[in-house]
Amino acid sequence: MASIEVRKETCVGCGICVPACPFGAISMEENLAVISDDCTLCGACESSCSFGAIIIRTGETDGTCISDYSGIMVIAEQRDGIVDHSTLELLGEAKKLAESDGSVVTVALLTEEGGKWPEKLIQYGADIVYIAENPALKHFRTEPFSRTVEKLVKQKKPAIVLAAATTTGRDLMPRIAKNLNTGLTADCTELAIDPETGGLLQTRPAFGGNILATIVCADTRPQMATVRPRVMKALEPDKNRNGEIEKIELAPEDLTSRTEVLEFNPLDEGEVDITEAELIVSGGRGLKSPENFALLEELAGLLEGSIGASRAAIDAGWVSYPHQVGQTGKTVQPKTYIACGISGAVQHRVGMQSSDRIFAVNKDASAPIFEFCNEGYVGDLFEIIPLLIKEIKRRRK
Amino acid sequence: MRIVVAVKQVPDTSEVRIDEERGTLIREGVPSILNPFDEYALEEAFRWKDELGGTVIVVSMGPPQAEVVLREAVSMGADEAILLSDRAFAGADTWATSHTLAKAVEKMGDIDIVMTGKQAIDGDTAQTGPSIAASLDWPQITFVGKVRELTGKHIIAERYVEGGSEVIKSSLPVVVTILKDANTPRLPSLKGKMRARKIEIPVWGKNDLELSEEEVGLDGSPTRVVSIATPETFTDGQIHHGEPEELAKLMADSLLGTEDS
Ligand SMILES: Cc1cc2nc3c(=O)[nH]c(=O)nc-3n(C[C@H](O)[C@H](O)[C@H](O)COP(=O)(O)OP(=O)(O)OC[C@H]3O[C@@H](n4cnc5c(N)ncnc54)[C@H](O)[C@@H]3O)c2cc1C
Ligand SMILES: Nc1ncnc2c1ncn2[C@@H]1O[C@H](COP(=O)(O)O)[C@@H](O)[C@H]1O
Repeated sequence: MASIEVRKETCVGCGICVPACPFGAISMEENLAVISDDCTLCGACESSCSFGAIIIRTGETDGTCISDYSGIMVIAEQRDGIVDHSTLELLGEAKKLAESDGSVVTVALLTEEGGKWPEKLIQYGADIVYIAENPALKHFRTEPFSRTVEKLVKQKKPAIVLAAATTTGRDLMPRIAKNLNTGLTADCTELAIDPETGGLLQTRPAFGGNILATIVCADTRPQMATVRPRVMKALEPDKNRNGEIEKIELAPEDLTSRTEVLEFNPLDEGEVDITEAELIVSGGRGLKSPENFALLEELAGLLEGSIGASRAAIDAGWVSYPHQVGQTGKTVQPKTYIACGISGAVQHRVGMQSSDRIFAVNKDASAPIFEFCNEGYVGDLFEIIPLLIKEIKRRRK
Repeated sequence: MRIVVAVKQVPDTSEVRIDEERGTLIREGVPSILNPFDEYALEEAFRWKDELGGTVIVVSMGPPQAEVVLREAVSMGADEAILLSDRAFAGADTWATSHTLAKAVEKMGDIDIVMTGKQAIDGDTAQTGPSIAASLDWPQITFVGKVRELTGKHIIAERYVEGGSEVIKSSLPVVVTILKDANTPRLPSLKGKMRARKIEIPVWGKNDLELSEEEVGLDGSPTRVVSIATPETFTDGQIHHGEPEELAKLMADSLLGTEDS
């Protein structure tokens, strides 16, 4: 059984580990760190201790031969046969990770008909494209997709498997990881190869965005991660790149499913998915009433953007939930994010902080949003926004 | 209909503050709460129990004090509660958590649906639900914004995905993860609160679940947290003060950029 231990001889009583514990489980007693039952063995204190005085012991591992695994496999995502941009981003990131040791980058594409996509995926960085084509793979369905990928992974033994942290990737990957008895890190925003161990360092926001945790999967393979869309960069397609295309053989029993997709209902017109928007005008409690959102809609209309909102505005019923940005809403990464009357609470911040440019209008100069925006305007939004609208119209005349 | 809802006790992350000097979390005085997303899973279970009859069983894996959230769930309407608690469970990642929860579901027997919240606000992984489904070898429907139909044989639910919603039909038993869109959670009733105070909550440990040390807790977890950092604060933003007219002009300059004539 795993356990945590403070080495009495080595602990100097410096107390650094006390605040390092996210669970408040450490206290100092007579110059010695004492760990209470609140400990979850998360390991934060172990890495905070410069003296190596805190040790977490794990039980025996089964000794899977991790050296049998190599290369990086990306699981492609497609809808209606069109490969999602997130897949291209993952290929770019995989290529970057492969630089250190020249690993092979492969991609698994499960679809009804691949068309030109295998060649395109090679242009975007894949060395080998594994393609499974079957009408049963037209729409994403958990069971046929997970079975097919599991088989492929067992056969090809990639060291790393990546998928986008979309509703598809986050449905598929946990199932595969559980069945393959390996680790999975959700919604990563940063990946790197540990130069010492060669393992994958997977970094992701946790605790409502308050911390960034780096996670490893040391003893099992593959190392699996879902990666937040729009964080990694796709490569410029290179028409001269060469690669191989290999068909995945499908057995009929792999394609059975206990779920079926009855229909797909795209969002209503005007009800754009804010995660796809290039520009978002977002409003918070500072808007004061639902009518005032018309002001933001006018601005968004001029700038061809979408409407976002803080949870305060959603809870007040001024805007509908699909527009909520933040921890319990959507994560967005537009080119431009304009926050109006939003204080910038951490739960809001985690949903929008990777936007390329953040503008903030707030009358309180000490609002947290001014600590992480690119351009802040201290003033009353009911004065500034109408003037801004006027100014944009004037310049465009 | 026998429905299991998996609930987790989490620190209220909105109360977590950062120690600017040390760059670490201040957990002192941070209350533990029922994971807010799990309230929607609970409500969905209650809603269908009200319609079809049956039993709602809540289960949580955690330290002994996690019992508090189980009592809260009972006060809202759960019929039975089971706590999975054992020193050996500590340090579990989603693999080990789902493995343990799945074993508990097997032990309960005859379960039609397992419902979970979309994600827990401390880990934010959204992995536990689909991993439970894998462990049980049941089908799964994740990110459900609406359950349209539920009978003794099948479920029809809307999955909210990028760009729209998918309507999925699945046979039972099934694991479903519920989004906030699905419903409005009810408040505890007086009767519920009384029941919650009295109800006996069995505690199952690794031996009760016939699990070995290698498959639970930290030992059973393929992943490990190796470091924790606070996100860098971005400090080179430009903050403008001045008259509204001036600010609006500056903002238009930045927003329109080259479009500016
Ligand atoms: C578990 C949990 C999950 C959460 N998830 C989310 C989430 O997903 N998304 C989210 O946004 N929040 C979330 N929250 C809530 C979050 O903590 C904040 O409460 C919320 O973001 C605040 O919204 P706000 O900035 O609009 O309101 P406030 O914090 O009240 O800020 C309003 C701002 O408007 C400014 N203002 C007022 N009038 C004017 C004016 N005339 N001109 C200019 N400025 C003006 C004020 O100065 C103030 O800074 C969550 C909380 C919890 C506990
Ligand atoms: N320790 C646990 N005990 C019971 N349910 C849990 C536990 N951890 C996670 N869950 C359930 O799984 C959902 C997703 O959690 P997570 O995968 O941690 O984001 C939660 O909303 C809960 O319903």
